Amino acid sequence: MKGMTVIVQKVTQIMCGIIFLYGIYIIVHGHLTPGGGFAGGTIVAGSFILLIIAFSSEFLALKKEETGSSILESSAILIFLVVASIGLLLGGIGIFFINFLPKGTIGNLISAGIIPIFNIAVGIEVAAALLTIFLALLIYRDEVIK
Amino acid sequence: MTVYLLCIALFLVGLYGVLAKRNLIKIVIGLAIMEYSVNLFLILIGYVRGGTAPIISADAAKRIFVDPLPQAMVLTAIVIGLATTALLLAIAIRLYRKYDTFDIREIKKLKG
Amino acid sequence: MDWSVPLFVVVPLGAAFLTAIFGNAAQAFGRFFTSLMLAFLSGLTLYLVSTGNTLMVYQVGGHELFGKIPIAIYMVLDGLSIYLLLIINIIGFFSAFYSISYIKKYTSEHYYYTLFCLMVAGMNGVVLSGDIFNLYVFLEMAAISSYALVAFGIEREELEASFKYQVLGGTSSLFILLSIGLLYWSTSTLNIADISRVIQENGSSELITFVGIILLTGFGLKAAMIPFHAWLPDAHSSAPSPISSMLSGVLIKAIGAYVILRLFFNMFVISYNISLVITVIGTISMVIGVLLAIGQWDIKRLLAYHSISQMGYVVLGVGIGMLVLAKGGDRSLAAFSIGGGLYHLFNHAVFKGLLFLNAGAVEYETGIRDMQRLGGLASRMPITTSTSLSASMSISGIPPFNGFFSKLIIIIAAIQAHYYVLAILAVFVSIITLASFLKVQRFTFFNKSEENWNLKDVYVREVPFSMCFSMICLAVLCLVLSVLIVPSVRDIILTPAVNVLLDSARYSTTILGY
Repeated sequence: MKGMTVIVQKVTQIMCGIIFLYGIYIIVHGHLTPGGGFAGGTIVAGSFILLIIAFSSEFLALKKEETGSSILESSAILIFLVVASIGLLLGGIGIFFINFLPKGTIGNLISAGIIPIFNIAVGIEVAAALLTIFLALLIYRDEVIK
Repeated sequence: MTVYLLCIALFLVGLYGVLAKRNLIKIVIGLAIMEYSVNLFLILIGYVRGGTAPIISADAAKRIFVDPLPQAMVLTAIVIGLATTALLLAIAIRLYRKYDTFDIREIKKLKG
Repeated sequence: MDWSVPLFVVVPLGAAFLTAIFGNAAQAFGRFFTSLMLAFLSGLTLYLVSTGNTLMVYQVGGHELFGKIPIAIYMVLDGLSIYLLLIINIIGFFSAFYSISYIKKYTSEHYYYTLFCLMVAGMNGVVLSGDIFNLYVFLEMAAISSYALVAFGIEREELEASFKYQVLGGTSSLFILLSIGLLYWSTSTLNIADISRVIQENGSSELITFVGIILLTGFGLKAAMIPFHAWLPDAHSSAPSPISSMLSGVLIKAIGAYVILRLFFNMFVISYNISLVITVIGTISMVIGVLLAIGQWDIKRLLAYHSISQMGYVVLGVGIGMLVLAKGGDRSLAAFSIGGGLYHLFNHAVFKGLLFLNAGAVEYETGIRDMQRLGGLASRMPITTSTSLSASMSISGIPPFNGFFSKLIIIIAAIQAHYYVLAILAVFVSIITLASFLKVQRFTFFNKSEENWNLKDVYVREVPFSMCFSMICLAVLCLVLSVLIVPSVRDIILTPAVNVLLDSARYSTTILGY
């Protein structure tokens, strides 16, 4: 699909990095401020989709992008499952999903056990999933137009 | 009380869209409106008068919080709605390619 | 063995995403890994049944009761859950093994196995969850995977059927979410045992009855009851055949009938009016399903309409038990009737799964689904013919196959509870089922057909080994399941499930412990 005008392309070049950083901030601070994995992941995906819309889709090798983001999504879910199941194996208690890392003081960035790890895994997964959906529809549309 | 009735009214608007419209995309939009109205209803249930965002900070004992459980429910419900809408739209695009129309009165190859 | 309860959800999820990563490179990985994983889960279920330990309450995250409030997410494995887990994993294993050969005719195989594992994970989660919102999340996971699987081979009819299924299924899911919100509003808890305790303490208000009606609407659509059946013939006939057998044999039970049983027996207080509504819906489904089925000429559409009718039998059996309990009648009669309904649930999964696999085998070899053009296949496809004969005798209720015993129990229970009209209707429906399956057998396998199976480009012969294996095993299971009547076997498998539903008010005490 065709890209957009020069003004949109220049503004996108400046803004997409800032949007990406903002999304990462919302993911990582999920246990201190409202937000967390889902909302932050959507914002990160938004920054990538903005790039693809502003510049035309012939610039990128979309098929390889789609395979890459699909594998990233599945790996993020597997990391999530492995961290959740570690509680099953160790500790002698054997409870699924138990919070086994040390919980620091309230309000620090590194605190609350395994919850930041889950936020990061879910954030990567949601971003990759939204990007895969968008790329799949875009590739289908490009094939049909040709 | 009127807030909840307005949510139900929005649900009925979405239901009218699903039932009465002939274009495939309008049916999808009707379903999306229904889903937004149910999410809104779920959040409004958890409101406590004078409450703030339910995040524990250092002075947690002195505050009134709104109910955090409906907020967790709605986060999950929004993601489920996203998956449903994405799958519906993908199938609608492929249907357009096969039948060359979005009108549901033409797409009735399966009968009986 | 408490730690084995989350495995039923974690193992299929892990298998699904491992297949998504590696399946593109190695196509054979997805096929064998899925069958292996489902064989492991079936073995685990049989082991749990044999140890006889029928109540496991697992608190995810390890949070104990806070004061008297359950704050963890509960996963509950009691008699009814393990009965449904048996059905899901065994039929899932045979369908996955069947699809090793069948799916070779479609493209992008690894996505099929990913979606299949996700559907099994969702159904296992629905059956095991003790928390009503967790039940909704797993229900959506199974349902969205099934929407994508119905549209798997991307032809015109399959896309149209999937769209219809999705719009109706999405609307019913929103009704269910609305009712979960209303239930949280009136009881301020999400745990099923805790909601049951609050409803028993405060009595049934009108809001609770209203929520019950909306839940019956939502889950009635998932269970394909009349008048919510419109999606079923299109979706089940257009899907690939192993998916048809999973949808018709397992999905409408795990996310439809099981949830209706769990919520209306264990969560709400049993009332006479709702029991009457459920029994009437079951009877109407039974009658109208079979009357719509007998005129069909497409094999899979006929089988799909028969699914509606047989699910009507199950709901009728359970509904009669509920009516007897609501009027305060004889508890052993209620146990007999509910046992008949649950036994018919297992039987229907086995023989309907086998019938859809047979229809798939016929379609795999000949490419035709219209019965008027088929015929004369008995000499060329002996295994398919004999297993189809076994399944047809089972569904029509001919001894010694399993369908006879479960239908007999439901009819005797209806007579003993003085509902003579329902018993006569059940017998009448059984006779028409026999007629329509005689028609299927004659026109598909034994008639002389105009087509000459030798002169076509593809020589019609017996189907590959993996498909034969699944069909033969399910046909043997049709005969073996009649042994569930014997009291010693029945007490291990069927009686714990019936007891969970019979002691309906004690569910909260058993789970929460106070």
